[in-house]
Amino acid sequence: MSEQQYIDFYRAERDTIFARSDERLNALRDGACALLERKGFPTMKEERYRYTDVARDFAPDYGISLTPAEDAAPCPEEYGTLADASDPVVALNTMLAMSCRVVRIGRGERPEHPIQITNMLRGEHPEMVCRRLMIIVEEGAEADVIITDRAVSKQSFLTNQVIEVFVADGARLNLYEIEETHLLCTRYSSLFMQLGRGCSVHHTSLTLFNGHSRNRTDVALCGEYSEVVMNGCVIADKMQHTDCNTLIDHRVPHCDSRQLYKYVLDDSAVGAFAGRILVREGAQKTSSQETNANLCATKTARMFTQPMLEIYADDVKCSHGSTVGQMNEDALFYMRQRGISEAEARLLLKSAFITEVVECIPLASLRDRLQVLVDRRLKGELSKCEGCKLCE
Amino acid sequence: MAENAFLKEVAEKKYEYGFETEVDTEILEKGLSEDVVRLISRKKGEPGWLLDFRLEAFRYWQSQKQPSWGHLTLPEIDYQAISYYADPTRKSATDGSKEIDPELMKTFDKLGIPLEERLALSGTAVDAVMDSVSVKTTFRERLAEKGIIFCSISEAVKEHPDLVRTHLGSVVPYRDNYFAALNSAVFSDGSFVYIPKGVRCPMELSTYFRINARGTGQFERTLIVCDDDAYVSYLEGCTAPMRDENQLHAAIVEIVVGARAEVKYSTVQNWYPGDSEGRGGVLNLVTKRGLLKGDDSRLSWTQVETGSAVTWKYPSCVLQGDRSQAEFYSVAVTNNFQQADTGTKMIHLGRNTKSTIISKGISAGRSQNSYRGLVKVGRKADGARNYSSCDSLLLGSHCGAHTFPYIDVQNDTAVVEHEATTSKISEDQLFYCNQRGIATEDAVGLIVNGYAKDVLNKLPMEFAVEAQKLLNVSLEGAVG
Repeated sequence: MSEQQYIDFYRAERDTIFARSDERLNALRDGACALLERKGFPTMKEERYRYTDVARDFAPDYGISLTPAEDAAPCPEEYGTLADASDPVVALNTMLAMSCRVVRIGRGERPEHPIQITNMLRGEHPEMVCRRLMIIVEEGAEADVIITDRAVSKQSFLTNQVIEVFVADGARLNLYEIEETHLLCTRYSSLFMQLGRGCSVHHTSLTLFNGHSRNRTDVALCGEYSEVVMNGCVIADKMQHTDCNTLIDHRVPHCDSRQLYKYVLDDSAVGAFAGRILVREGAQKTSSQETNANLCATKTARMFTQPMLEIYADDVKCSHGSTVGQMNEDALFYMRQRGISEAEARLLLKSAFITEVVECIPLASLRDRLQVLVDRRLKGELSKCEGCKLCE
Repeated sequence: MAENAFLKEVAEKKYEYGFETEVDTEILEKGLSEDVVRLISRKKGEPGWLLDFRLEAFRYWQSQKQPSWGHLTLPEIDYQAISYYADPTRKSATDGSKEIDPELMKTFDKLGIPLEERLALSGTAVDAVMDSVSVKTTFRERLAEKGIIFCSISEAVKEHPDLVRTHLGSVVPYRDNYFAALNSAVFSDGSFVYIPKGVRCPMELSTYFRINARGTGQFERTLIVCDDDAYVSYLEGCTAPMRDENQLHAAIVEIVVGARAEVKYSTVQNWYPGDSEGRGGVLNLVTKRGLLKGDDSRLSWTQVETGSAVTWKYPSCVLQGDRSQAEFYSVAVTNNFQQADTGTKMIHLGRNTKSTIISKGISAGRSQNSYRGLVKVGRKADGARNYSSCDSLLLGSHCGAHTFPYIDVQNDTAVVEHEATTSKISEDQLFYCNQRGIATEDAVGLIVNGYAKDVLNKLPMEFAVEAQKLLNVSLEGAVG
């Protein structure tokens, strides 16, 4: 549907939507609708959407469910304060999201087990899903949160999700996002994080199976002595399209940020990485590092990469590096000499390439599990959860 | 107090080319219309095809909007408040004499560009351009003996129309961008160089651009054609008087490189940068591009950018021939309120092509300095290789240094590497120099020169010395 059709749908269903959902969600809807109407979907001429055609992704006639989550908790007051209200894709979510899921880790709490959120896409008809999630980690709390995206029906789905993450002073959060859907799925994810003083955030995103994905991740470092690590890996083949767009905003002095994104592209897959590091005036003693390495395995695969440094303070150490290449012929030759088949040798090299990202995962059990998933993915096997009957 | 006095002194003496020349100049009335385009063409006695080219470009320009994607705050440009043609050689033209106005000779002498061949630096031929007109081209006869054509583009249009017609707009079409369209409509003098097959140009060719007249813009156009197996090294220098108004400079440089030929293009850009309060200065909005047309061709751009209030340019290379090689070396210095958004584009189309990008940015004062570059590897560019390295140095806590590289790879055999760093001058290095009795100002100069050495080394000898001096002057008063 075009943006106007989404807007018309909203206007037609406005009363139903308002009756069924929280007033905090309702409060922002009309504003979001006005913004979407004014701006329309971003075009590929806009810097942050250079590599993804939003209008095309949103064009199919998806059904939109207006059923809120049954067990939705009251929406916290921070709702909508972090998400970029000027982004039309975020506005579309704000306009249509029926409920907001909340993960709140209370002051000083340290849950023993990781918290896992599984998003299952399932249905008889093509559907658009507007997911909204808030993660609030209060002072001194520590948590591991795992979000997995799965699709269990062979159907087209469009997910437009917005996640707002608040990490208060002295808190720690390890956040993992694992995307394992299928070629018919399109995902727009907009993740906004705000860090207080002395925080530590480790964010890992893995795109193993998808159709079209566009992941926007914005991190605002608002308190001194905080650090953020953002790692990502993308394994894509066939017609997959994955666009990761990050912004790390150093607003205060003495913060560290590190990014490592790796892509393996096969067949006609398209990968894009645009990472912007912004060091504002006065954010002295910032240390920031960004690395993006990519492996193109076929002639038809295409990689765009755009690491950006925007620096307004002088006492800083910032660097970025980016490479696009193919497998090391010497390494392949070495392995073949030793009786390893070419296919196996290529697999080993790809696996080793991705392992650098997986190895950084702090949660040991997840790390091992992901290594298995990655290896299977590289072998071209569709991953299935053991013991699960859903996909059979 | 002492520091302020020092800074003031530096700010005042800094731009030593800021004088004006009192010369009888014919200036076209301000404003831009089809009539103005026709008038410029008529004044130059151009053939019909060139007028058509200009008019087409003008009509396209009218349909376009000024772009705004640069990391720049561009002052509003009133295109109707600029005069598009200024001829300082009118006097000699009306007298019918071949003599150059002594005032003009004096001006170029003062700039260190003697127009008398006996005084010239050995081994450099100069085309001196003031405002819209080429004043003189030296050593033309000696070069002609080898078949080399070196003259102003207006003369080339008359004397070598086929060559100009074949290549003009072939590398930078007028539809390329807004400023390219503007230039294509109103361009005045620039240099034309043709090096025939197999000829190695025996001297450095150089063009010196000078803006003099008030209320004008400079829109020069340079075309260099280097035929198969030929070689040329070309230098470009420029200055302008100090004024409170912004002056527009929108040039185009096109280079065509034949098989196994090599072109080296060096620029020391020293347009008036504006005063320490950010008033005045040249708006330098230039399109430069080289086409590596033949196999095994080579092209290198070397630029030292110290002047201009706003610099917005990307000297680029289209690597079309197999095994062609392109290089881009740049030092961009910004101080006070200067802004620069500069870099390069390397477009790999041929097989086994190779490009190198070395960019060094230095920002001081309240300036903003950005590197923006594109490395594109086409589907057929098997074995393409690129290495880019962009370093930024920050002097002072109110300036900005930014890096925006774009990489687009469509071939699985390509190897593309990019790295960038941003930092300030290390305290340890400064301390080490101080310890040995080197004052902080001098130490900074020393360190900056060392930092820019990779690029300065690529410049021809005389230019390198000048560039080094310029670097020090541009940064004087930046630390303290």
